[in-house]
Order: sequence, then structure tokens, then C-alpha cells
Amino acid sequence: MQDITRRRLLWSLPFATAAVAGGGFLAMLSRLRKGNFDPREINTPILNKPIPSFTLADQPPSTGFNQQELQQQTKPVLINFFASWCIPCLTEMGVLQQLSSHIAIWGIAYKDKPDAVAGFLQRNSNPYRRIGQDPDGSVGIDWGLSGVPESFLIMPGGIIKWHYPKPLTATSTKTLLSFVQ
Amino acid sequence: MISKILSPEFGHFTLALACCLAGAQFIIPLMGSKVKNNRLMALASPLAWGQFFALALAFACLITAAITDDFSVQNILQNSAADKPLLYKITGVWGNHEGSILLWAFILAFFGAIVSAYSEHLPLSLRAKVIAIMGGSAAGFELFCLTTSNPFLRVWPAPLDGQGMNPLLQDPGLAFHPPILYMGYVGFSVPFAFAVAALLEGKVDAAWGRWVRPWTVLAWALLTCGIALGSWWSYYVLGWGGYWFWDPVENASLLPWLTGTALLHSALVVEKREALKVWTILLAIGTFSLSLSGTFLVRSGILNSVHAFASDPARGVFILLLLAVISGGALLLFAWRAPTLTQTGIFTFFSREGSIVLNNILLCTMAAVVLTGTLYPPFIQLINGQTLSVGKPFFDNALIPIALVLFLAMAIGPVIAFKKGNLKQTAKTLSVAALISIPCIIIAFIYLHQILPSLATGLCVWIILSACSDFIKHIALFKTSLGNTINRMAGLPRSFYATYIAHIGVAITVLGIVGMAASQQKIVEVPINTTIHLAGYDWTLTNITDRQGPNYIATEAVIKVSKDGQPITWMVPARHYFQRQQQVVTDVAIHTNFVSDLYAVLGDSKNSTQATPLFVLRLHYNPLAPWIWIGGLIMTIGGFITLTDRRFRVGSPAHRKKAKDI
Repeated sequence: MQDITRRRLLWSLPFATAAVAGGGFLAMLSRLRKGNFDPREINTPILNKPIPSFTLADQPPSTGFNQQELQQQTKPVLINFFASWCIPCLTEMGVLQQLSSHIAIWGIAYKDKPDAVAGFLQRNSNPYRRIGQDPDGSVGIDWGLSGVPESFLIMPGGIIKWHYPKPLTATSTKTLLSFVQ
Repeated sequence: MISKILSPEFGHFTLALACCLAGAQFIIPLMGSKVKNNRLMALASPLAWGQFFALALAFACLITAAITDDFSVQNILQNSAADKPLLYKITGVWGNHEGSILLWAFILAFFGAIVSAYSEHLPLSLRAKVIAIMGGSAAGFELFCLTTSNPFLRVWPAPLDGQGMNPLLQDPGLAFHPPILYMGYVGFSVPFAFAVAALLEGKVDAAWGRWVRPWTVLAWALLTCGIALGSWWSYYVLGWGGYWFWDPVENASLLPWLTGTALLHSALVVEKREALKVWTILLAIGTFSLSLSGTFLVRSGILNSVHAFASDPARGVFILLLLAVISGGALLLFAWRAPTLTQTGIFTFFSREGSIVLNNILLCTMAAVVLTGTLYPPFIQLINGQTLSVGKPFFDNALIPIALVLFLAMAIGPVIAFKKGNLKQTAKTLSVAALISIPCIIIAFIYLHQILPSLATGLCVWIILSACSDFIKHIALFKTSLGNTINRMAGLPRSFYATYIAHIGVAITVLGIVGMAASQQKIVEVPINTTIHLAGYDWTLTNITDRQGPNYIATEAVIKVSKDGQPITWMVPARHYFQRQQQVVTDVAIHTNFVSDLYAVLGDSKNSTQATPLFVLRLHYNPLAPWIWIGGLIMTIGGFITLTDRRFRVGSPAHRKKAKDI
């Protein structure tokens, strides 16, 4: 191969890269048009799958829990990731309060300090039956957490039946309870 | 009266006229250079001016419609309202998709016009090609505006009032952030046009490097300023207490900034040594392509971002096509022509040029990291349907180590001589700076308890001190008479000052970022007359009142801040409720002494019907936060000082040669 041809091939690498990216964008656009590509969608990789393995230390005023305990429940449990530093979590507390008379809610304090969480629950009356700590957020990663607050409905046997990556509202609570009844 | 002359139809017509003129500006000079007809080539400049004036008229028409509340224009109807303050009626013109594309095209035409004004000394055929390329890109954007994003569409029947503008955008910081940012993006079209013209000409030399550099610096300075303004806006308007969120749209502005910074330096090597030519051409093409793809990504709806423009896949397809023609065409030309360019310059690794090569490698690696992090989520979703997001942890882990090496080199590079550096002499100049910086790292570690921020602090001190010691060496302070020192100060080229000012600006910004890493914050829910302790300050919520604003109702909290019993300031964070949009915007209260910020946000208050209502307050203590933007401003100033350097001011190439000999 001639030297100049070899250099031309080498210098067409930027074009090739740009062409691949352009092709990808075109594919995204056409799927966006057909409605089967939503960049804002959040799907949980573990939906309809067993819960991951984990152990959570006690978060006063309640006790922590682990994978086995959650699996052995005979009634559905709502797992709610929350934090005292999260303002949407604060607004969600009222909904959780009402919900707690229909379903057991277990909380996971995400990336938070135990004192801060205890104070938060004291101010907002605790809706949780059990609360565990996830101080470094590593349990959150295994659950595919996108942020706080986020709720997961766990059926007896430990299957994740439903998932809501936002503060719970009256309508989302209805959907949730339809799974339970 | 004026609204009768500058009607939307007239605007539509002048936009179409500008598009035709831009097309002519693209085709005629290129044909002229093909058939070697000087008259045809000389038409480039008048056509560029004609296109600029036509587009200026179109822009004036849209602004007139906005000011006169012409709600029969769809764009004004959707984004304005009669009760909106005048300033935001004007700036609101570019606060939406159609208007901002018109602004983009207008700035492109503006750069085309000033390039033709300041390029009279250039060889005719190069000049014609540069202006033609700029005309070609402008024609593409004007066609986009006309076909898919026409801001002059009418509606019938015309409603009495408009739908209003997103209250978040009704802020002076955001009014000027887009035009300056766009001027930065679009400014890189000039180096791009020079690069493509050089490929067409088949010739890149030192003169080319000297011509392209001031335009690169101008675009870079504007982009720096635009990014800094945007970051400042997000800090004081959004009320999240942060200044950079690794949002895809922010990344889209950071990418051309990183490669543009690399270009700025590599063009210097072309100018001085006629080396790195092919690389510089690629950077020029790449930087403008990244500016364009940023626009594409924002407006196509592909990326999940807080910067929600009304996105539309049809528009996305058009911009993608435009990108394919402009960038794809340039890259194909590059692949074909670049191998024929001859490299001449020689330099050793330890030289100014060598340090710039290192700078380019590091900056481009950082750009590659940011690009990967930004495009990974949509591509992964495209390939296997998985949704994920890439955020701060990835960018911090991947970028900070590279940035630290860059900071280390940033101080050394400007001290080394061109072509072949002297290791001993360089070490001598930098020894004092090194001796002071190392204890700084240790002191910072005692306060911060983290290794990377402490290293960054030390390296910033290192950058600032080595600049100072090189300056002292050049002016021979205390080694000669005072008069001689002052003479030497005046005799140093402006670019010498500019380099160090810009580098010190970077160091100050980084110090601000490190300071923010040590910020403290508290979220509390308290009744009136409660005192909160944070960062050594006592924050007392004294009162909450309601007030009627021009187009909103404000709820204002009054916070008294004191330290050790001494009153410091009163802060009034507020929430503005805009009835028309039924949207609440937080109005952050910031008290700054330029070393740290006290930052207070009034949150959503619930149960306000109770006997003792509780209010949510978020309080932050942000050490060194203002330095982030002060540093950005200093970088911008450094850029503008370079533009005044004698090399760029002196007239024709003949004069320049003489200047170089002296």
C-alpha cells in the first residue's frame, strides 16, 4: 500500500468515529419518533426479579433488616428509600403516613447520618415499621436506585412487583394498593 | 408605526433573503477560486455583509413583535405575556427554540461580517474560501430556521394575551447567558472555516496560525464567559446550592471548551514552529463540530436534561443532516487532504512546544472522558434498553487525576523556552514556587482531610506562584534599577500577561471548586423565631411575609445572621408564585464577602394552617464559592488581553514579517 493511501486511511478515523456516532443518533431519532425510545424513562433492572442480597444496620428508633427477613414476610412490604436531606422525601411523609395503615412500610435511610434520620422521623412522625441504614449508598446501587425517594413493592417470597422512582402521590398509591389487594 | 414596517412578514422575508445571500456567499467565492476569477472571489465580503444586515432586520422584526405584544405571532403567544417586564420581553426572544436558532444564525452572520472586515490583508483566495465556508454553515442554519423552526408563524384568531414565559428564565443572568454562550459556540466557526479553507488550499503555514489564533481566543473567551454565567445562574437561581451538575447540556458546553482550549495552544505551535499542523486542523474541525452537536443533542430530545427545549425528532433529523454535511464533509476533506500537508517544525520534548503537546493530550483525554460519560446512557439504552445515568462520581474519579497532571504542567509550560528548553534554568525559576506549594498541600490536608482536593489546592498555589516568579524574573525586580524594571514591565508582550492572567484565572476557579467541596449545609423545618447554628454563624428566622410582585406573589423569609453575637447581615430568601404558569420559583438569598458565601433557600412550607406554622429552610455555608466565577471572569479577561497583543494588531503580513524580525 502506498504511503499516502495508508495515511489517508489513518486520517479517516475521525470521520469513521463521527459516522458511527451519527448513525447511532439517527437510530435514536427514528426510535424516538416511533415512541419506543424515551431518554427520561427509568426502568429498574430488578423489576419482577428477586430482591438482591443485603444486610442493613439498625436505624434508631427502629431495627434494621436483611434479605432473608424481607423474603420470609407473608404479606407484601413496601420498601421506601429516603433521606433526611431530601426535600421531596419530606413532602412524601404525609402520603406514607396514610399508607402505613394499609401496608407495612420498611424504610432504608440512604446516605444519611443516624442522628439526622432520628431527628427527621421525630419531627415527621415515623411511618416505618423497620428502618435500616445505607450510609454509603451501596445497597441503593444493588437495588438500581435512581434517587430518593424511591419505593419498591416486595411480594411474599421476595419478588419486586412494582417500583416508583418519585415521591408517592394519591394516584400512584392507588396503583400500589391494587397490587396488594 | 415601526411595528408596521418591521412586521413579522417582513422578518420572514428578510430571513429568506439572508438564506439566499448566504447560499450565494457559499457558492460564488468558491466558484471564483475554482476558475481563478478575482471579481467573483471579491464578492464574498459584500455578500457576507448583506446576509448580516438582512438577518439583523429579521431579528429586529422578531424583537419588535415581542415588545409590541403581537400575540398573533405563535412564538410570541407561546413565550410572552402582556404583563411580562420589558427586559424579559426582549431577552425572551431567544429563550425559546425558534428564537434561539434565529439568534444562532444571526451571530454566525455577525462573525461572517467581522471576519470579512478584519481579513483584508489575507490572500484573496484564502479569504474568499473562509467567508464562503462561513456562508455555507449560515445558509444551513437559516434553512433550518425557515423550514422547521420559523419564529414568524402567525395564528388566527389572535388571542388577547400570551401564555407567558417560564418564570425560571425571567432573570438577568439567564438573559445574557445564551447570547454570550452562543457567541462562543459560533465563534469557533471561524477557526473551522480557516481549517477547511486551508485544506482546500492545501497549505498551512505560520501566517495561517497567526490569523486563526485571535479568532480562536475570541471564541474561547466568550465561551468561557458564557459557561461561567450559566454556572453562576444555576447557583443563584436554581437554589440547589451547586454550580455544576454534569447535566448533558452542561457537558455539551464543556466539550468544545476543552478542545477549544487545546486548539488555542496548538495554534500557537503552528504559528511559532509550523508543527502540529494536521492536529490543529483536526482540533478546529472537532471543536466546531462539538459546538454543533451540543445544539443537536439539546434540541433533538435524545438526552435527558434539565434544559428542556421543546424537542422534536423532526428538527433533530434536520440538525443531524446539517451536522453530517458540515462536520462530516469537513472530516472527509480532512482525511483526503491532511496527508498531503507537510510537517516542518522540529522541537525537543522539553520545550514550550512539548509542554503544549502534553496540554493537548491531557485536555483531549478529558474531553474524551466527558464525551463518553455524556453519550454512554443514550447509547446503552439504544443497544440493550437499559436505563442508567452517569453522574458526578464517574466524572470526578475520571477527570480529577488528569486535571491534576494538567495543573502541574500548566505552571511549568509557560516558563520553558520555545524549541529547546533549559532544564536547569526552568528549575531555578520554579524552585521557590515549589518550595511554598508543598507545605500548602499539607496545610490543606489538615483542613480538608482529603488527598485530591489538598493536592489541587497546592497545585493552584503552584500555578499562581510560578507565574509570579517568572514575572519577577522577566522584570528583574530588585536586580536592577526601579526605572529599568518598569521599562521591562511595559516592554513585555501583552500575550505574556494574558497567558499568566488566564492561567491564574484557572487556578482561582479550581480553588473555588475545592472550597465548595468543603461547604456545609443544613435543612431544617422550624417555626418563626428559631435560631439555627451552622458553620459558626447563628441564623435566626425572624419573620415571614407576603408581597405582590409585578407578575408574581412573593413569600419572603427574613433571616438575621450573626456571628459571636455580632450581627452580620439580614437575608431575605423568598418563593415567587407565578399565577399564570402556576409555578413556584425560589429566590435564593446570598450574602458574599468574596471569600465565602452564606446561602439561604426558603423551601416548601407545609401545614401552614397550624397554630405554629413550620417553614423549611436550607442553609449553606460555601467557602470560596465566588472564586469559581471570579476565576472565569479572569480567564475571559486574559483572553481579551491576548487579542490586543501587537502580533495580532499589526496590519498586513508584510508588516508582520518586520515585526517578527525585531
